[in-house]
Amino acid sequence: MSLSVRLRHKFPSVQMDMAFEVPSPGVTVLFGPSGAGKSTVILAAAGLLRPDECRIEIDGLLLADAATGVWLPPERRRAGLVFQDAKLFPHMSVATNLRFGMRRAPPGTVQFGDVVELLGIAGLLDRRPHTLSGGERQRVAIGRALLAQPHLLLMDEPLASLDAERKAEILPYLTRLKTALRLPVLYVTHSLDEVTRLADSLVLIDAGHVIGFGPVAEVATRADLPLARRDDAAALLHCRVAKHDPARELTLLDAGGSRFWVPLLDAALGSECRIRIPAREVILAGRAPEAISLHNVVPGTVQQIAGDPTRRAVMVEIALPDGALLARVTPDAVARLALSPGRPVLALIKSTSIEVLASQ
Amino acid sequence: MTLVVAARAVGFGLPLAVVMAWLLTRYRFPGRSLLSALVHLPLALPPVVTGWLLLILFGIRGPIGSLLLHWFDIRLVFTTAGASLACAVMTFPVMVRAVRLSLEAVDPGMEQAARTLGAGRLDRLINVTLPLASPGILVGGIVGYATCLGEFGAVITFAANIPGQTQTLPLAIYAALQVPGGETKAAELSMVSLTLALIGLLLSEWVSKRLNVALGR
Repeated sequence: MSLSVRLRHKFPSVQMDMAFEVPSPGVTVLFGPSGAGKSTVILAAAGLLRPDECRIEIDGLLLADAATGVWLPPERRRAGLVFQDAKLFPHMSVATNLRFGMRRAPPGTVQFGDVVELLGIAGLLDRRPHTLSGGERQRVAIGRALLAQPHLLLMDEPLASLDAERKAEILPYLTRLKTALRLPVLYVTHSLDEVTRLADSLVLIDAGHVIGFGPVAEVATRADLPLARRDDAAALLHCRVAKHDPARELTLLDAGGSRFWVPLLDAALGSECRIRIPAREVILAGRAPEAISLHNVVPGTVQQIAGDPTRRAVMVEIALPDGALLARVTPDAVARLALSPGRPVLALIKSTSIEVLASQ
Repeated sequence: MTLVVAARAVGFGLPLAVVMAWLLTRYRFPGRSLLSALVHLPLALPPVVTGWLLLILFGIRGPIGSLLLHWFDIRLVFTTAGASLACAVMTFPVMVRAVRLSLEAVDPGMEQAARTLGAGRLDRLINVTLPLASPGILVGGIVGYATCLGEFGAVITFAANIPGQTQTLPLAIYAALQVPGGETKAAELSMVSLTLALIGLLLSEWVSKRLNVALGR
């Protein structure tokens, strides 16, 4: 099943022409600079903005298709939208707000009690929106959208108006939702942290065009795309917990054949998790070193080498059996190791440099 | 008597004012400026002229008045209902203005949120927009009511000054002043008028404060 979006729209200042297709259910993050067109996609998907040309299809259900003149108005589209600033109705209690969409939708699979439990808002039901904190408000807004039994959930920078502390408070709820929901989600953000934690698929948008889309691990490690040019460029890998070694205080993770030792985790054997390996923490070698503190010597193949003149560095993309790594090194290192696409190489990574993200 | 006239004027006028304000804020249509001008006309015209226009339109031989008399046996000229009509027309612009301002102040995002949650046009108006605009609508009603209590020119022209039927408070004060030795009565009536105005304004202040608290502003 999939979610496919194609839209063309001419604004006075910029011409938008975007198309992407991602798997559904799953969280698809739209990522890019302000004004690139991320919100245009969200508004068009919600039906609040009608582009010149547009085709949106979820799991075979057409929401809009310019060719056949299909255009479902927002009130009949069942696309739940979570705004940046919650937009709770101030004249209603939290419970009435939550039931607003539910009462207007046909009965569905999303239950009131489950949503309240999942978002931890049971204690807020009788309160008025203006007595809630920013994080609480946003959780209620998410609940309200979910209870309208949407075919598609749209989130337009839902955490952007919150401070770091509130963000940290709400992110775990979003991670929980991600696993509990079998729903396609389009999520707009500026924050790479939200991308690494939440995204299954990633759509990179710049100046009204899609410059790359696909599974998040793949898009994040493409050396020719802007994510790899950031200071905090990193590889994302999906892993399974393969072995615990309490005596050495280490855990072995398996990422489709590549193995990584990390400091001992408190996670069940076989459970899945996501790891993030920053490009600047990866050392390349031609031969395995001896007598070294390092645990992880990971074999791979050079896929692509992209120049980064402003840092006087290059980004090396290394293909693994499943996924890829990024290494930021100097041009001199590339010359000394005679690296070129197709050549085998060893990636050396400290166990303490690997960031293990919440298990899924 | 005066209170009843004003209550009927606001009772009929306010819902119409809400509809009119809604039309003027939310829709662009040909003749919108003309409609807006017509609504606001009584503010700019001398009240006597408004009363005279009403007399022409709603008089027994007037185009609307004759129909009303013929079909419904309703006579407006020189009756209590007529006084209410004159008041309503005079205060209509005041009410439309107040309602319009509060409708314009409603965050369009709230309506968009309601839309994505499956609320149709009328549903949104009743459950989201009007409750959010309620402080302004209420203030419009109260100010309209207070203005009605003081309306003079249009009422005397259209409904005349018949004690017990169309004689509202200002008309009574005026009549009292015309009679030698009527100053005491006029003073008494003026005090009543003053008290009513004060109560009205205080009430509107209090109500809008309460509503704003309820809306979390």
